[in-house]
Amino acid sequence: MTVTNYIKLEFPSCSSNESFARAAAAGFAAQLDPTLDELGDIKTSVSEAVTNCIVHAYPDSIGTITMRLRILDGEKLEITIRDKGRGISDLQQAMLPMYTTGGEERSGMGFTIMESFMDKLKVKSAPGKGTTVTMLRTIRQRRAFR
Amino acid sequence: MKIASEYSDGRLTVYLAGELDHHSAKMTVSGIAESIDRYLPRDLVLDLTQLGFMDSSGIAVIVRSYKKMRDAGGRMYIENPQQQPLKVLDASGIDRMIPIAAKREVTT
Repeated sequence: MTVTNYIKLEFPSCSSNESFARAAAAGFAAQLDPTLDELGDIKTSVSEAVTNCIVHAYPDSIGTITMRLRILDGEKLEITIRDKGRGISDLQQAMLPMYTTGGEERSGMGFTIMESFMDKLKVKSAPGKGTTVTMLRTIRQRRAFR
Repeated sequence: MKIASEYSDGRLTVYLAGELDHHSAKMTVSGIAESIDRYLPRDLVLDLTQLGFMDSSGIAVIVRSYKKMRDAGGRMYIENPQQQPLKVLDASGIDRMIPIAAKREVTT
């Protein structure tokens, strides 16, 4: 595995940064020449992961969210979103479709969407220590002209 | 996020424009609820023609609006979602509750 390019961003868990994070991810991913559909998948998954940090990791305070994007082997986008917040005690339950601890403001579909929009999703979490979400998506190279 | 609404003959159309995420969800929910309370429509149409982005926060907004309409004995429809919002709607399976139409029906 070769890392061809990367960025690392750190920002506070303010909800106004949700749109910033997905726009930044889309901007970085653009060098892989993704389709509009692939860009949409990347923006959606980043939005879900960052929203989870804001709503669940730091429910009553503002904490730090770190987003790292890497291009692996020139064709894979790896997205890592990390917080040092509350953590998830029951990961299996948290990842069930429609399960949420966020009340009627949340749909409980975040992890389900990340899972279905990305090729790979890995979640590591420890109560009190934070959560790291790693997602992988291969962007197939298209022929320039036909 | 911009919200506009139009009422005619029992049918309330709410137009959402911009990006619907967790940040804009609260004002969207209250904006739709205010319109419903004001017009007490029989049908609520959520027009998504101008909605460029939506994540799962939008699903929660739609479900809350749907419950409000259902509790009042009304119906709800989603119209003209663009590519990305449609994919999120499909992933959520919400079309089993709320009909999604690609094009605006011609009302007679």
